[in-house]
Amino acid sequence: MDCTQLIFCLFDISLLILVQMGPPDPILGVTEAFKRDTNPKKMNLGVGAYRDDKGKPFVLSCVRKAEALIAAKQLDKEYLPIGGLGDFTKACAQLALGANNEVLSSGRNITVQTISGTGSLRIGANFLSRFHGGSRDVYLPKPSWGNHTPIFRDAGMQLKAYRYYDPSTCGFDFRGALEDISKIPEQSVILLHACAHNPTGVDPKQEQWKEISDIVKKRNLLVFFDMAYQGFASGDIDRDAWAVRYFIEQGHNILLSQSFAKNMGLYGERVGGFTVVCKDIEESKRVESQLKILIRPIYSNPPMNGARIATTILNTPELRLLWLEEVHGMANRIIKMREQLVAGLKKSGSSHNWQHVIDQIGMFCFTGLKPEQVERLTKEFSVYMTKDGRISMAGISSGNVGYLAEGIHAVTK
Amino acid sequence: SFHSLTSNFVFFIFSWWGGVQMGPPDPILGVTEAFKRDTNPKKMNLGVGAYRDDKGKPFVLSCVRKAEALIAAKQLDKEYLPIGGLGDFTKACAQLALGANNEVLSSGRNITVQTISGTGSLRIGANFLSRFHGGSRDVYLPKPSWGNHTPIFRDAGMQLKAYRYYDPSTCGFDFRGALEDISKIPEQSVILLHACAHNPTGVDPKQEQWKEISDIKRNLLVFFDMAYQGFASGDIDRDAWAVRYFIEQGHNILLSQSFAKNMGLYGERVGGFTVVCKDIEESKRVESQLKILIRPIYSNPPMNGARIATTILNTPELRLLWLEEVHGMANRIIKMREQLVAGLKKSGSSHNWQHVIDQIGMFCFTGLKPEQVERLTKEFSVYMTKDGRISMAGISSGNVGYLAEGIHAVTK
Repeated sequence: MDCTQLIFCLFDISLLILVQMGPPDPILGVTEAFKRDTNPKKMNLGVGAYRDDKGKPFVLSCVRKAEALIAAKQLDKEYLPIGGLGDFTKACAQLALGANNEVLSSGRNITVQTISGTGSLRIGANFLSRFHGGSRDVYLPKPSWGNHTPIFRDAGMQLKAYRYYDPSTCGFDFRGALEDISKIPEQSVILLHACAHNPTGVDPKQEQWKEISDIVKKRNLLVFFDMAYQGFASGDIDRDAWAVRYFIEQGHNILLSQSFAKNMGLYGERVGGFTVVCKDIEESKRVESQLKILIRPIYSNPPMNGARIATTILNTPELRLLWLEEVHGMANRIIKMREQLVAGLKKSGSSHNWQHVIDQIGMFCFTGLKPEQVERLTKEFSVYMTKDGRISMAGISSGNVGYLAEGIHAVTK
Repeated sequence: SFHSLTSNFVFFIFSWWGGVQMGPPDPILGVTEAFKRDTNPKKMNLGVGAYRDDKGKPFVLSCVRKAEALIAAKQLDKEYLPIGGLGDFTKACAQLALGANNEVLSSGRNITVQTISGTGSLRIGANFLSRFHGGSRDVYLPKPSWGNHTPIFRDAGMQLKAYRYYDPSTCGFDFRGALEDISKIPEQSVILLHACAHNPTGVDPKQEQWKEISDIKRNLLVFFDMAYQGFASGDIDRDAWAVRYFIEQGHNILLSQSFAKNMGLYGERVGGFTVVCKDIEESKRVESQLKILIRPIYSNPPMNGARIATTILNTPELRLLWLEEVHGMANRIIKMREQLVAGLKKSGSSHNWQHVIDQIGMFCFTGLKPEQVERLTKEFSVYMTKDGRISMAGISSGNVGYLAEGIHAVTK
């Protein structure tokens, strides 16, 4: 044995010696703790996945039907193109923009299939990092989805923020947002949640979106829309895409991330899209070529199964209709839970104003609970949520909404 | 106002992506594009790295179809997988590579995560190295290597270097050259090794040569790319020999696995990334950091392919069927190699084509020069990459004779 070999063996030198234990994911950590709890009345309000009124995961009927159709075809498993299934990207863009959108007829968008919403945002972030010379800065609303920050940061961008949520009203800080946005340096990137803002559930009204569009235009900002909940917010696909379509109409050539995790319940199948609205079709070809060069060394080409399901649903008339009904149903159940929660709080004797629970939109609700109240709710009632007071309405059912109301009243009275 | 008029004007003519150049097409996928446009009924696509049956059709394994039926019957939900993937999958994946009785597995000192096939696995590994491997930025690839290795490591922030590997004068392994180059690699650099069925050459070291490579005392971090386990020799354990030997010898390796080829799961994107750690405590730390790395890339991996692979690996009769089918695919390839060489001899070729039989796996480095490749494409509508690499999968008993004639015509 020579010296080097001896050292290698004796000191058992590990090249990974400096790898520290990293912090657990804040959102997933909630579910871990929930699982360990033995209280039969426990509630998991951390999970951002829809549950039916029995608290069970819900696979849409249109999805099951689509799967049966696909299985019958006995398709092969050949690699998709780098940019994904062509029929999927087409249907995906149409869903967001509306089938008659001028962008689509002129072919000036490039839409690629991505690994759900996260994959879409990351491709966008990487694209910005490589090709957006104007600025390194991405402005997120305050607060935003926790994962936005590492997505853009790991891609090499810098994160900044604009005011968005007003804790004193549990609503939209419209004045604050306009003030902050009007000071954003030109050519910076601004990320906007298209609907059902995560984590607050607070969305701008249409008149407010119009003013935001004007300021963004004056500041010459590059708009990046994150639309993870189309259909899930109001129950209406077109209504939830209103802001995206309005901005495009107003001349913003936007970036757009779409997810089918929630609105089609395709969570683990990882179905999403990333769109760049370009000046013209020639530009879209150049951008497409660069997106492919970017994607190929990350994962080569996207997973086929979920995209086939989504495409089958979107392009089979009776399945598309069924889907729209089911999305509407999910959104309605959420809205009903909001109403029942507020009714329950009043019934428990709460004197607080809980109107924001009804005004907020989508899967999440920013209760306004403070960290110490959240802690009590978890310790004393086994109700699990993230520390910021965000609850997933999907985790509430008609069977436990009363219990939740009592618990929230107990820690806030 | 004039100001708002001008800013509106600027707004409408301004374009964010004016400076984005048209990028070059992918060299491998570009071959298929050209093939599609060709109208010659005798055309052959030897660029594609996907297995074809003897009729030239894509092949979905029976074990896969059976697994899909079993899964469909369960009517499972579609809840997110954990960040690191399906637990049963990662376990079975690691067992397949290392062997079920491997000490690494029983001591729990590996962390294996589910990835987006082989590319996704390599990229996670590259990102992990970039973030945590303080020793060196350099990754040494064999010369040549799979084309996508370079942008994978480069985009992750690593620097690419090379060690000699393929000997064009023999169409075989440049063992002396490899040993010389590897012995000069600076300590703590990363060395990437193809576990079996080297892509693009099909040239693999013999076991005795692997032993000498393992011995070279440079304290290098070994990253194995195993995209073809089972596909090379037809035997799962034999193809994993080098990986297992290195671990036995004390190398705490990184390992990428793909199920694209050996299970025909191409578009389902099934793969694994493993870090063999010093002990279970280290594997926990590494796992936590892998999750932090993965979450902002795609949050969690796609479920369908992993469910299929797990069902096959963990259902005894399906696993047996799978091993047979992998053996069958490998055998058809070996037969095509033999028939091609026989055809070349029959055509009257005086060249030594032994390398076509000696090389292993899906690809064959014919030794054809670029101008010969061009003639083969133009005159015979046989499509391959410029480096003379052919995918044996694209050859069938029905067209191997035509290919032999074509190769002979451009090389005589």
